Amino acid sequence: MSVIIDKLFALSTKITALSVLLIVAWIFTVLFQHSMESLNAFGFDFITETKWAPNLEKFGALPAITGSVISTFLAMMLAVPIAIGVAIFLSEIAHHRLKAPVGISIELLAAIPSVVYGMWGLFYFVPIIRDMFGGLGIGMLTAGIVLAIMILPFMAAVTRDAMNTTPDILKESAYALGATKWDVVKDIVIPYAKAGIIGSLILALGRAIGETMAVTFVMGNVHKISTDLTAPATSIPVTLANEFTEADTDLYFSSLFELSLILLVISFTIISIAKFYFLRRKRSL
Amino acid sequence: MTYRQKRIAINNIVMTLSTISALIGLGFLLWILGVLVFNGIEALNIGIFINEGAPPGYGESGLKHALVGQLLIVLYATAVGVPLGVLAGTYLSEYAQDSKLAQTIRDISDIMMSAPSIVIGAFVYAIIVMPMGHFSGYAGAAALAIIMIPIILRTTDDMLQLVPSTLREAAFALGAPKYKVVIQVVYRGAKAGILTGILLGIARVAGETAPLLFTSFNDNFMNTDMSQAMASLTVTMYNYATSPYEDWQRLGWAAAFILSMFILGLNIIGRLFLLRKRGK
Repeated sequence: MSVIIDKLFALSTKITALSVLLIVAWIFTVLFQHSMESLNAFGFDFITETKWAPNLEKFGALPAITGSVISTFLAMMLAVPIAIGVAIFLSEIAHHRLKAPVGISIELLAAIPSVVYGMWGLFYFVPIIRDMFGGLGIGMLTAGIVLAIMILPFMAAVTRDAMNTTPDILKESAYALGATKWDVVKDIVIPYAKAGIIGSLILALGRAIGETMAVTFVMGNVHKISTDLTAPATSIPVTLANEFTEADTDLYFSSLFELSLILLVISFTIISIAKFYFLRRKRSL
Repeated sequence: MTYRQKRIAINNIVMTLSTISALIGLGFLLWILGVLVFNGIEALNIGIFINEGAPPGYGESGLKHALVGQLLIVLYATAVGVPLGVLAGTYLSEYAQDSKLAQTIRDISDIMMSAPSIVIGAFVYAIIVMPMGHFSGYAGAAALAIIMIPIILRTTDDMLQLVPSTLREAAFALGAPKYKVVIQVVYRGAKAGILTGILLGIARVAGETAPLLFTSFNDNFMNTDMSQAMASLTVTMYNYATSPYEDWQRLGWAAAFILSMFILGLNIIGRLFLLRKRGK
């Protein structure tokens, strides 16, 4: 009897574990199947065409793709230096009594739902941008900044974790030789934790590019490529969030599914690079 | 300037810059937290918990429908996601261990943890909403469960591995079959860790908005039927915040406050569990 239960238990754990792989394969298959109609209709032009006109049944993803790339790029430009600054502050400068509370509050801020960041952006940040640059205040620049603020806690926390892997004895040896804190950061911590730091930053990039709610409020969903950063724009997640419930034709739906597939492939690639190339799996929490 | 003075000067500059950047970062985050608490507490009153959604300026409107919907969706997602995640984690840690298959599953689920949640929404739309023909609470719960599984799997795997193998060997030596060893010895040893994983998993999915936008959709009234479209705090927050009506916007802030406090609470409780465990 207990042999049967034993086998059943082992089998059920195995099936559930395999189901994880199955779900991922299923996600790709379903998205691909539903993209077929759009793939057949537009082919490769889908990602180079700039016109997105549902009423004319013309769908081009270039504005959404460039929007994703530019808003994420802006966010990274702003967030990376600050996150590294926060990480250096937490690992080298802060008094040890300050380290834990500041570190934990940053981790807790990373847990706040992104929709809250988006809401804050809409009510408090959009007016500031509007006063500074004119226009609506909604657009690429605002989205980039709100995205940067949203991703900052996560980025700072993982970067700090990477820096903290540097053995104390290495740092202490350097201090004993008369190194300044900056010498230690530049010559000990960064060289030692380089792969981990870069991996953490890329991981944050992977999260930022798929982030929906922080940017949906402040982007405007206008399918137009503009050189003006303060003009309303769109990105892949913003388009999906705004238009999925509005789509009325099969081709429209199919184009949205193709956008989802593109987004999934982009973020899968970025996260895989971070995970496999830079971050070897660590056995710790 | 001597070389030493130069080094000290550069050090001071860089340390000041990095302290300033820490202050800027923390400043923004405190600003957001302040706005959230200030607007949230101001909007909070008893009516929020007893009234349903009402048209703007048309009587007292509240969030009861969204609170109930949110609880139901998260509850169903947890009921599916937790057992699947824990069992899968058990397989990785206790059966497959360092095999190639286990490593692949770990890698894929690590990637899934950071994958865009809106894509999960699109997937669930295709497999549940389209065949059913309408939005439903079940679809929302399914999307959240898919997001939850990798988180629970990963923490369970890690936590089970922390249980010393001597405990397992002792149980095997007494003649216990493997499932008994796992359930009565390993699970018991890793209880606090698994529970933390579950709490963090719930906290993570409770704040998800994107995958619910086109799965559970929204509903302005009280509904406990999971096969119908259902309100959630997050989607309600999004709809109310983008509406032009001030009382709806106020409700949006109240929803944001309630949800954030719930999520922060879960995170803090989860951490305390782990700390207590480590203290022993």
